Amino acid sequence: MSDFQQQALTLAAKQQSPAWLAGLRTQAAADWQNIIWPTRKTEHWKYTPLVSLQKNIPASWAAASGNGRVDAEFIAVDAVRLVFINGVFDPASSSELPAEVVRFSQANAEQQAVLAEHLGKVIEGQQHLFATLNNAWLDDGVLVHVARGKKLAKPIYVVQVSSAREQTLSVNQRLLVVLEDSAQAEIIEHFISTAEPQNSFVNAVSEIVVGDNAQLQHYRLHLEEENIQHIGAVHVNLLRSARMRGFTLALGSRLKRIDYQVNHRGEGAELDLQGVYLPRNNQLVDYHTNIQHWVPHCTTSEVFRGIIADSAQAIFNGRIYIHPHAQKTLAELSNKNLLTSNKAEVNTKPELEIYADDVKCAHGATVSQLNATALYYLQSRGISRTEAEVMMSFGFINELLQQVPELAVQEYLLPRLAALFGRDQTLLAMADA
Amino acid sequence: MLRITDLFAKVEEKDILKGLGLTVNPGEVHAIMGPNGAGKSTLGNVLSGRDGYEVTGGSVEFKGKDLFELDIEERAREGLFLAFQYPVEIPGVSNMEFLKASVDAKRKHQGQTELSAVEFMKLARETSKRVSLDAAFLKRGVNEGFSGGEKKRNEIMQMMLLEPSLCILDETDSGLDIDALQVVASGVNAMRSPERSFIVVTHYQRLLDYIVPDYVHVLANGRIVKTGGKELALELEEKGYAWLEEEAV
Repeated sequence: MSDFQQQALTLAAKQQSPAWLAGLRTQAAADWQNIIWPTRKTEHWKYTPLVSLQKNIPASWAAASGNGRVDAEFIAVDAVRLVFINGVFDPASSSELPAEVVRFSQANAEQQAVLAEHLGKVIEGQQHLFATLNNAWLDDGVLVHVARGKKLAKPIYVVQVSSAREQTLSVNQRLLVVLEDSAQAEIIEHFISTAEPQNSFVNAVSEIVVGDNAQLQHYRLHLEEENIQHIGAVHVNLLRSARMRGFTLALGSRLKRIDYQVNHRGEGAELDLQGVYLPRNNQLVDYHTNIQHWVPHCTTSEVFRGIIADSAQAIFNGRIYIHPHAQKTLAELSNKNLLTSNKAEVNTKPELEIYADDVKCAHGATVSQLNATALYYLQSRGISRTEAEVMMSFGFINELLQQVPELAVQEYLLPRLAALFGRDQTLLAMADA
Repeated sequence: MLRITDLFAKVEEKDILKGLGLTVNPGEVHAIMGPNGAGKSTLGNVLSGRDGYEVTGGSVEFKGKDLFELDIEERAREGLFLAFQYPVEIPGVSNMEFLKASVDAKRKHQGQTELSAVEFMKLARETSKRVSLDAAFLKRGVNEGFSGGEKKRNEIMQMMLLEPSLCILDETDSGLDIDALQVVASGVNAMRSPERSFIVVTHYQRLLDYIVPDYVHVLANGRIVKTGGKELALELEEKGYAWLEEEAV
């Protein structure tokens, strides 16, 4: 067992947690001890060394009080908002919760039954070591449970704010979304940090069950800055004719590793997943997606784009696995990368494994330069080469942003990302007027 | 305005322009006609400074300056404008942002302040009306999903916003129906002035019914082989280019 593993267990032992979680925690702690710590030879962690994480062994948990005021800017969305500061629920900046939403610690018997049925069950096996750690550290989280045929009146907006502390904090976030048959919901997960330098380790795991014919719009936005180390995962089960529209974004930080594990478990399920990553300076972003087609007639459309600047590094590993029975699968995966510096690095690997013979699949990964004809066109209108390059780089991701269905998310992201590229988005906003 | 002297240029090791000469004075409209492959589009690309077009001889003086000493963007800011035969689609870059950036670049070059977003918005809306382009197009990506006619009208709109001193229209009539052609032509005609010159490159005489030139030149085999008045265009329409190409060899 590595030092990190040992320390993590010690920390788990110090925690207070609801009795009904004890079983899951104990099992996870046992599994965690048996995990062989990844090295550079471990395929899934090949390009993302955990050295920096191990240097900052989790020291403590945030105290429940004294989190101070949150000066984070929230998305201006008419939603049910739950704010956590360093992993601790902040009632002052949160909304009153509707019946469909509850924190684990407040769950009634019926909700505990839903948790018992699904929590930890969407995660596949023990291959996700940090999900195992998340289980071992589990003390609170958010449950969204939408009954059969119901549609949530408002989006559920879960914010995790990492605010500066002198010591490194370990933040364990958990979300369980269960949409019963024909239910509909929109969930926005938003991770931000306040401006001060800090070293927190955020381990955020979401489990999602989209029932027969149910529909989910899901956002996962990682906007934490520099020193934050975020290892997160989204595990999804899609049942018969379920539809999920997902959008994810990651700015870089010291370490950011996000896994999407989606299982098509019911025929006719549809996944539409888009992602954007923008590491700069010495940052790192690592996206691993793993889409499993277990049954026939399911559709996956996955598009990820990244711009890697300065000495930053990005990893994209996109796996689509089509099992022998999954006939009539339609699957498309596209990953495009733009390197804006010759010190920037990307490792992209689309993995398509097909064991059914009647399927339609396409995948592609490119590391591209900006289109020379388009650059010439902009320059021929008096725009300098440098500015033309910046405009087009932003355009490369703006293309995906423009397709984000939740306008409030679009309006939140546009000016912030535009600012990274020095673009003035007042013009875009005004064109709507 | 523009003095081209004995210009030679090649593209991918192939000689395209072979001793072209042309002088354009302020206020004049010159039509350049010619068969496919004569070098018509090459001329526009060489003048605007596109990569891949290598000048191997001759000189071009634009408003008293050596044109080849200027970068692509500097030529534009000095007042040279090329309306593209195939305007480029740039998804993700808003048309509005693009237009404002080009107008601001020109204003800065002339020592003026940049326009505020509000001022520019107003100007852009007015201008789009002049070319019958719905203001919704300002929001879209540059030329993204525009029809052929919409792209050409967007070119003319850029021309109106930038108020160049020399406008080169590269086969602006290609792929246009008669209504779009009239919109484009009336836009050009509205911009004619004693200080502004035009080079209208076209394969067909049709456009010149609407934009009446002062001179018509025939470009064949990389050189101007014949120059005349607007009636030359009609003659070409009737007789084709073959007789001139033979003369040119």
